[in-house]
Amino acid sequence: MSLLLFIEQTLNGLQFGVMLFLMAAGLTLVFGVMGLINLAHGSLYMIGAFAAAAVAGATGSFLLALVASFVCAAFAGVLIEFFVIRRLYDRDHLDQVLATFALILIFSEATRWVFGSFPLFLDKPDWLSGTVMLPFGIEYSLYRLAIIGVGLVVAVGLFWMISKTRIGIRIRAGENDREMIGALGVNISLLYTFVFALGAALAGLAGALVGAIQSVQVGMGEPVLILAFVVIVIGGIGSIKGALIGAILVGLTDTLGRSMLPSFFGLFLEPSSAMSLGASLSSMSIYLLMIGVLLFRPKGLFGGV
Amino acid sequence: MKLKSLIIAASLAASTATIAQAEGVKVGMITTLSGGGAGLGIDVRDGFMLAIAQSGRDDIEVVIEDDQRKPDVAVQLADRMIQSEQVDVMTGIIWSNLAMAVIPSALAQGQFYLSPNAGPSALAGADCHENYFNVAWQNDNLHEAAGAYSNDAGYANIFILAPNYPAGTDALTGFKRMYEGELAGEVYTQLGQTDYAAEIAQIRASGADSVFFFLPGGMGISFLKQYADSGVDLPVVGPAFSFDQGILQAVGAAALGVHNTSQWSKDIENETNAAFVESFQAEYGRLPSLYASQGFDTANLLISALEVADVDDADAFRAALEAANFDSTRGDFAFASNHHPIQDIYVREVIQEGDVFTNKIIGTALTDHSNAYVDQCSM
Repeated sequence: MSLLLFIEQTLNGLQFGVMLFLMAAGLTLVFGVMGLINLAHGSLYMIGAFAAAAVAGATGSFLLALVASFVCAAFAGVLIEFFVIRRLYDRDHLDQVLATFALILIFSEATRWVFGSFPLFLDKPDWLSGTVMLPFGIEYSLYRLAIIGVGLVVAVGLFWMISKTRIGIRIRAGENDREMIGALGVNISLLYTFVFALGAALAGLAGALVGAIQSVQVGMGEPVLILAFVVIVIGGIGSIKGALIGAILVGLTDTLGRSMLPSFFGLFLEPSSAMSLGASLSSMSIYLLMIGVLLFRPKGLFGGV
Repeated sequence: MKLKSLIIAASLAASTATIAQAEGVKVGMITTLSGGGAGLGIDVRDGFMLAIAQSGRDDIEVVIEDDQRKPDVAVQLADRMIQSEQVDVMTGIIWSNLAMAVIPSALAQGQFYLSPNAGPSALAGADCHENYFNVAWQNDNLHEAAGAYSNDAGYANIFILAPNYPAGTDALTGFKRMYEGELAGEVYTQLGQTDYAAEIAQIRASGADSVFFFLPGGMGISFLKQYADSGVDLPVVGPAFSFDQGILQAVGAAALGVHNTSQWSKDIENETNAAFVESFQAEYGRLPSLYASQGFDTANLLISALEVADVDDADAFRAALEAANFDSTRGDFAFASNHHPIQDIYVREVIQEGDVFTNKIIGTALTDHSNAYVDQCSM
């Protein structure tokens, strides 16, 4: 494998990781701060993508579509939190899983009812199409570069919010002791609604960004949801920093594994068995990574002690 | 979600005179109507029901169930249909892995099965069965056609990719059976994969002169959009599954000009097909896909057999099915000895008609093509 190809695959892995981070950030906040397992996070990703496709189809503006995905997913998040999730904070994790799994089914069928069973069209705007030449003669998709940029900006924004602002302090306090900060006069239920809506909005934004280069269809959120759970387990539940590092680790492992393992086995096996062994092993690679991390750090990389 | 609908295929022609059979026929359709793969099942169902309605027969009852693309659900539904609904004929399954879970045991219980889509190699070869008929294709067929077309187009160093599951392996096997040039690379992707940046980078680095891919459903949409944006501009060829009517609108201009192979297209010139396309559009307000044509043909095959034989007389009914005496949307249609179609497979190009993306035939890849498993089938 040439160096250029390796650098290009690393960029691909980074882009994939940054996209996973947008999903995982919301999930880890909700899980860490509110102690809630939200399986319906993938549905919010789908809602973002569908909202973006609908708005882009109606107005032709990609920026409006992104705004719509953010707003619609946040709004859906507020509704879910208010009507369903609020009743689940004190319940067992199993009850939360059951209720949010039901939400997946409800959202999937409702989306199918509104938009039909066929995938929707959503394309990147002209000003982000095509490729750019990076140093060393690497030709890379401008849109993927933009996703990396957006993801990193969001990551910096979240770090700043969590560590420097009043609301960030409250979120961290709520994570440690929710009764105490309630007793100090913070409106804890409003805070929870905000955290949930923020996570939902990020998932919706991820759905819209990714929808432009993938297919916008019912059920698109669930495969990503599974990866996002892997990310937060690796990174440590509740940690934004862990989510970022975990997401990039998973993105790099998956992408580099897919591209390099088959050629690695090709060095000492015949092509067809190298191909099938490489393909099988690379689909396991991120789970092997998860096992490896958990063996040495059972609470994840940044999961505290 | 458990969409349980008992649709009595009724036209109002019900009446007085003698009906061909004393009692009605019950058809059990298990297909995918919810979740990500629902578009295919809905097209098969709509095509099938259109043919039943047009036949004017009110003695055919169709029980439709949704398998959610899950093998375990499909198996449960099949057991219920056979044991408590007591259907006479079964049909509808889209996916090969579901087909392998349901069909062999249904056949063992004496059912007739007419496949409107899935055509796994096992059921065409060693595990073929006298009561199993595939009206669509054997899984390898369209890929073989793509291989033959690649030779004609002068591709000599092609990069091929497919998902790592049985139909994906069948696809690359079928392609290589016909293709005579060199392989620049061969990659199995993960089933359900959505990001193809790594594979596209490999294509770019491989020095290939063309690309063949089999990525059905949403996987194909993702691949085509990302490929169009990658700056790699090698010609692409693939089977129709990534270019059917339901998917093309979601891919948009990224698919324009791509060549794909199909046993059906809306511009095949024959009366049946013209009438089918027009009536499907009038009934459902969208253009039919190849899946819809397969559902339509399956129902017409069934009806043609019911015209001449009673379903309870298994030998006569089987002979009537084997005769395939119906007007197919594909024109000429016959069964090979292993009950899979012998048919022409065309090369289509993706074009834009007004606002709608669709396909037009630009040539024939294979004429009167059967399948590679005929000899392995002894029945």
